[in-house]
Amino acid sequence: MKSQSLLGSPADTGKLQARTSVRKEWLRSILVKAVFYILLLVLWEGLVRIEVWPRHLFPSPLDVLQSLITGFADKSIPIAVGASMERIGIGYLLSLAVGIPLGILIARVKVLHETVGSLVLGLQTLPSICWLPLAILWFGLNEQAIIFIVIIGAIFSITLSAESGVKNIPPLFLRAAKTMGAKGWRMYLEVVLPAALPEIITGMKLAWSFAWRSLMAGELLASGLGLGQVLMLGRDLADMAQVISVMIIIALLGLAIDRLIFARLENNVRHKWGLTKA
Amino acid sequence: MTVTVNNVSKLFIKNGTNSVQALQDINLEIREGEFICFLGPSGCGKSTLLNIIAGLEKNDGGSIQVDGTHISGAGPDRVVVFQEAALFPWLTVQKNVEFGLKMLGVDKAERAAIALKYLQMVHLGRFVDAYPHELSGGMKQRVAIARALAMNPKILLMDEPFAALDAQTRSLLHKELQEIWAQTGKTIIFVTHNVAEAACLADRIVLFTARPGKIKKEFNVQLARPRVEGNPNLVYLQNEIMGYLAEEIEKVAREEIDYGYSLGEKPAFSLANQDQGSGI
Repeated sequence: MKSQSLLGSPADTGKLQARTSVRKEWLRSILVKAVFYILLLVLWEGLVRIEVWPRHLFPSPLDVLQSLITGFADKSIPIAVGASMERIGIGYLLSLAVGIPLGILIARVKVLHETVGSLVLGLQTLPSICWLPLAILWFGLNEQAIIFIVIIGAIFSITLSAESGVKNIPPLFLRAAKTMGAKGWRMYLEVVLPAALPEIITGMKLAWSFAWRSLMAGELLASGLGLGQVLMLGRDLADMAQVISVMIIIALLGLAIDRLIFARLENNVRHKWGLTKA
Repeated sequence: MTVTVNNVSKLFIKNGTNSVQALQDINLEIREGEFICFLGPSGCGKSTLLNIIAGLEKNDGGSIQVDGTHISGAGPDRVVVFQEAALFPWLTVQKNVEFGLKMLGVDKAERAAIALKYLQMVHLGRFVDAYPHELSGGMKQRVAIARALAMNPKILLMDEPFAALDAQTRSLLHKELQEIWAQTGKTIIFVTHNVAEAACLADRIVLFTARPGKIKKEFNVQLARPRVEGNPNLVYLQNEIMGYLAEEIEKVAREEIDYGYSLGEKPAFSLANQDQGSGI
């Protein structure tokens, strides 16, 4: 009897077992990842040692680490991150502010669908960096040109996702809203927009990665203080360790924002709608 | 709050040239506080008439008056409960019920009080903070009923609201809908293809014919409430209605299935009857 009461009810032990197995699975996955990345570093170091390319063209992991530390110590990396985030922040928010209403209108107004809708579809296939020559002539080789490129990069996929989100709203929602007296802008704000939100968020996530690529392309070519420019500076100084360290920062930053903001936003909405089994 | 349907007709155009007369010269007077069922085979236009009364579809001819006023478009005096609950998945149960009131401009505290009152009426007072996906089909339909009642409509329009539910849940909701009707005194227009459901709920059953959609016959049901399915008087009435309905169902079946289909004789069954013992 005593041993039984120590163990608790069968349901409790079951839960406990489930929890420890989840933790075990988590540890195992961390371990697998760690081993993989260590092997990758060893391979990298190995390639450096056998000198596939000369050392100044292909630095070792330790050189890159050293460059990263210097970058943080002299604040060049934090300043570059700040400058890049400001540009993408402005450009991305502007493209959301224009793209979402535009997409909703294209889906709801037939004439807009036939005109602007087809134009957006066409423009979306054009890589945003193709706009750079024009942007430089219009705005100069500066901040505004880069923000313009970011907006162009993000806006079309946001518009298209908002459009398809609105088109996929079950007609029953709109009928129900109509019979309850929803009309005009309230219909858009309280029914159409929230009903299209899951698809809009998917589009926002995609648009973020487009914006991020456009930003880097723009920064590599224009002047200023961003990450792309620090990377180009490394190239100009033949400092490949700096180039690689900036590349790592760009990748990590993109990943972090995707995980911390978009993945959470998406999970939140999916959970609320009951689209996940979690 | 009487509804007067005057010579209403509706034509559906199919493939550009073919047209189907969904409704033809419908005349109907619905009294205040009446529980009326539109009954008929699928495709007979009963849902179309409901949608026209709701203002969600336009009629081609005739007119609809509510209390002597011509209707134009949907309005909060005529709220529809659909076959699927059509709850908004981004709102909690409470906010769903409040939605119509919000559109009417009712202030927040009053909205919450009204929503709670009707959620309690449908026995979902504990689920105010749940999201629709957390509810069963029957619970969703209860929320949809509460959402419609919260707007205090003159007329409650119900378009096969229980058709997708299992039999047990359906008969429970039949009982509760009768209670709600007794408590609120609303005029209810209820569309169904289920004879037992119509007999159980209605004061008056309007039987529709198919293609063209016309009123074939009306039945007044004067049995004591609350009615429970299986009551011998109800079954008697159901059989009587079934007799009229069978012709219509067969008519539709014959149009949909392309050879001479007949309910009367089924080759497979009659063969078995005639040849009993022949293979011994």
